[in-house]
Amino acid sequence: MRRIALAAGVPLGLLLALPSGALAADGPTLDDTISAVNTTWVIVAAVLVMFMQAGFLFLEVGFSRAKNAGLGVVKILTNYSICAIAYWAVGFALAFGGAGEIAGDSGFFLDVSSVPSEAAQQFPLLDIAGISPAALLFFQFVFCAVSLAIVWGTTLERLKFSAYVIYAVVFSAVIYPVISHWIFGGGWLQVNVGMQDFAGSTVVHLIGATGGFAALLLLGPRRGKYGPDGKPRAIPGHSMPLVGLGVMILWLGWFGFNPGSTLGALGGRFAEIALVTNLAAAAGVLAALTVMYQRTKTYDVGMAGNGAIAGLVAITAPSGYVEFWAAPIIGAVAGVIVVYGVILIEKVLDDPVGALSAHGLAGIWGTLSCGIFTAPRLAELNGVGEGGLWYTGSVAQLWNQALGVGVAFACVFAVSYAVFFAIKHTVGLRVTAEEEDAGLDIAETGMYGYPEQFIPPSELIGSGLPVEGGAAQRAPAGVTATAMTGEATA
Amino acid sequence: MKMLIAYIRHEAFEPIRADLLDAGFPSLSITEVKGSGRQKAITEHYRGSELAVHLRPKLKLECVVESKDVEVVKDVILRHARTGSVGDGKLFILPVEEAVRIRTGEEGETVLQAHDGEEVTVNGDLA
Repeated sequence: MRRIALAAGVPLGLLLALPSGALAADGPTLDDTISAVNTTWVIVAAVLVMFMQAGFLFLEVGFSRAKNAGLGVVKILTNYSICAIAYWAVGFALAFGGAGEIAGDSGFFLDVSSVPSEAAQQFPLLDIAGISPAALLFFQFVFCAVSLAIVWGTTLERLKFSAYVIYAVVFSAVIYPVISHWIFGGGWLQVNVGMQDFAGSTVVHLIGATGGFAALLLLGPRRGKYGPDGKPRAIPGHSMPLVGLGVMILWLGWFGFNPGSTLGALGGRFAEIALVTNLAAAAGVLAALTVMYQRTKTYDVGMAGNGAIAGLVAITAPSGYVEFWAAPIIGAVAGVIVVYGVILIEKVLDDPVGALSAHGLAGIWGTLSCGIFTAPRLAELNGVGEGGLWYTGSVAQLWNQALGVGVAFACVFAVSYAVFFAIKHTVGLRVTAEEEDAGLDIAETGMYGYPEQFIPPSELIGSGLPVEGGAAQRAPAGVTATAMTGEATA
Repeated sequence: MKMLIAYIRHEAFEPIRADLLDAGFPSLSITEVKGSGRQKAITEHYRGSELAVHLRPKLKLECVVESKDVEVVKDVILRHARTGSVGDGKLFILPVEEAVRIRTGEEGETVLQAHDGEEVTVNGDLA
């Protein structure tokens, strides 16, 4: 992310240097207006990203069996809410509160000066972007919430609810903020290494998938996923239409995710990034569908969705660094990677939604693709790293990208594994076998997501027999359906 | 008294129902069931994994008639349930010991099906 607003930021910085109040008597100053425009775009983008929670919700619920549908709802609501408070209290300060190499240290609870120039000393990114501190926090928070939502894709249908809660606190207060500081917030990977990650193929998606990977290793597969011969068996999710709705909501949300990472609307870069994003997603769908058709001669619903997500994840890092022509290539490669990733990973690890492939492998590919396709002019515009292999013939940037991926993966994996290990040996990571068979809805939420599917009609209050042909209107008042049936079939 | 139990394709039910009504046999029950026979499994493809579904949905039709009426009902069922392809289902005929109409306590063949002088309503009307 970042530095894209540099072009706009230079004149803004000059304006900030003017004696404040010089123009104030005549109404809003130019920098007031610039700040308002940029803040508006950032909040609009943040709201789009917030709505991606609904995308994850429908995607995960659709890929679950009906007996686990309700739990997905309460899980997403709980995680989002924990993240909202933890990120405001602690996370944002660690991520963006100062230019330390490892983490920031100021602005806990968004304790920030109301004078813009002082605020910009606390949060250096504000100087570049010229947006309000609250807008920056909200925008960065919804990214953290997306990353947290990704973690749980691998753990569907068997993880204990308390594990969600504990890891959510650690993740949104420490893990995500520290890594995002390294790559987004002026930390060592961004400044010293020059790693390019415009909107978070690594920061958001790889981190989330890595947390999910650590959880999955300790959690194990769903009961019955692997047959007596050790071969994986399909456990179909209960609603492909819900999966489709989830994918489309995520796709929509990505137009806040990548274009919003300009942190400003000046110069129109955000529109180009929106187009780049869309091209990659479309190529991801088509590539995944084609590969699957060649394998199975079917048009695989789930893989088409995974292809879209993989294309979007992959283009997230390069979206601000590449020209239009590179976007479909990056997306198509991601679409191929996700198909083979899902099929190969499924042989040993039970990942119900394909998060390890769609967010993990595609996130790695997207981050590396900067090292190949980054245009020198855009690297210069963003002020991070250099042009990619295609332009420069040098693997230097590619190497830096790989270093960043490796560091982020190793750190997040180590910490996450430790946290999940601690959870496993204290409160427990997994529900009992009986609870898993019964479904998490009845076991953990105490109610069914789809009551009519599990409770016989005779036990459901107020469920009379269906009356067709308007017979109900003809029946005398007070006559119940049961009484009428008794008359008719005697 | 005999009970006919038929496992049939869903689409065979409507014509069987219509013909039985015409012939004076309105009383029957159906149940949605799943079963397997010589018909092949349905293979489902789900994100690269295959899933063979061996149990297929069928309708189970139950109907109790006087012994003399068995052939009529049997003919109706066979006429409409038979397509000639694997998966048409099976028909079983079982003896029935006793029949009681719960409302009145009447017993015997008189409680089965329709009788002369009793009006049978059609078209699924409940009233």
